[in-house]
Amino acid sequence: MPWDKQAMAKRAAQEVEDGAIVNLGIGLPTLIPDHIGDKQVWLQSENGILGMGPFPYAGDEDPQIINAGKQTVTIATGGSCFDSLTSFTMIRGGHVDLAVLGTMQVAQNGDLANWSIPGGKTMGIGGAMDLAAGAKRIIVLTRHVTKKGDPKLLEACTYPLTAQGVVSRIITDLGVFDIRADHDGFDIVELAEGVSEQEAQAKTGAKLTRGANAER
Amino acid sequence: MPTKVCESVQAALADMQDGASIMVGGFGLCGNAEALITGVRDKGVKDLTLISNNAGSMGKYLATWLQHGLISRIFCSYVGNNQDLHAAMKDGSVEVNITPQGTLVERMRAAGAGIAAFYTPTGAGTVVADGKETRTFKGREYILEEALHADYALIRARRVDPFGNVRFYRTARNFSPIMATAAATTIVEADEVVPLGAIDPDDVHLPGAFVQRVVHVPEHEDPIENRMTRPRPEGVN
Repeated sequence: MPWDKQAMAKRAAQEVEDGAIVNLGIGLPTLIPDHIGDKQVWLQSENGILGMGPFPYAGDEDPQIINAGKQTVTIATGGSCFDSLTSFTMIRGGHVDLAVLGTMQVAQNGDLANWSIPGGKTMGIGGAMDLAAGAKRIIVLTRHVTKKGDPKLLEACTYPLTAQGVVSRIITDLGVFDIRADHDGFDIVELAEGVSEQEAQAKTGAKLTRGANAER
Repeated sequence: MPTKVCESVQAALADMQDGASIMVGGFGLCGNAEALITGVRDKGVKDLTLISNNAGSMGKYLATWLQHGLISRIFCSYVGNNQDLHAAMKDGSVEVNITPQGTLVERMRAAGAGIAAFYTPTGAGTVVADGKETRTFKGREYILEEALHADYALIRARRVDPFGNVRFYRTARNFSPIMATAAATTIVEADEVVPLGAIDPDDVHLPGAFVQRVVHVPEHEDPIENRMTRPRPEGVN
């Protein structure tokens, strides 16, 4: 059985170290805080919060406390607010430990394409390129294939790139896969229970491997 | 001391001409100088260059500049669900320059700090690098981005004094203090105008050197784009 979205978020939460500064992309990554357990995590929101808390109680919404998705949020105890320059100094300067991002495509060399679909509506770049260029570690959390069933893990991206060679690990509904500098393909770290290597390979647009010395 | 406090929004905007370049603070509708934005719309100056992260939302505020055909060119980072901007891009009536958010604010910082240009890794190897000079430092590719100046910055503050010392509030701050450094004339729309000394020197987020005009606007709409809440447990105030 492939993982459902909560199981995917739970697996991604294992990647978050206690005390880490983490930026979460929109969509699936926003489910991760529910699975953090006792770990202290400092959530960074690029519009100017370090230490973002949960949504406010109904009636406590403050229109001037929002996240990068323009949702009303709260500020956690010990959190801070700052301007966009400080925020992107944090992001681009390598002071964010981990970014977990969604994507449209990711390539076996770590190229990320998550901001534009050719012929689609232009949504803009926002903070995506800065995060991809600057966070210390980039993990992609995404469904393994698109709604149409096309693979998202590819030999090379065909959509416009967000950044080159930045992704280190990919967590999907089928398992966990690493980008490795020492060989092509995506390296299988683990598969969701009941997902076979054949099934994962059939849904991947590049070779799946097992370990650095994998036979190819 | 000459005061920077203007009698009205109209007085604060009196010298604005067609063709002006205007930076407007805010992350979407959060932190907008609502009265100044509406003032520009009512003044009807045209052929504007707008520099702002989102250029409005939900048909409100900066989106009304698009609806009234005031804008010729936009620098922003995100379009999202701004239907007025999508429409303007589709019909080609506005030149839209989409810039990574960190690059957008760094270009403002450079302008405000007397720096002509800088190298950033953001966007290297992507369409953002097209037509730009690139250079490799310590094995990594960077692209050259130039300073971005403006004639005006319209920003929202929680509190300001007559010299223009500003204190912001929460995430309404975003681009505003950097825009103030990059513009020839910065106009602050503040919830409160307080006497000199009322803001502790250590609590001034933006010193008065970067502010030319102040206007007091006590009431704001502050629309919420995505209202999210969680249920309040019993017994919690």
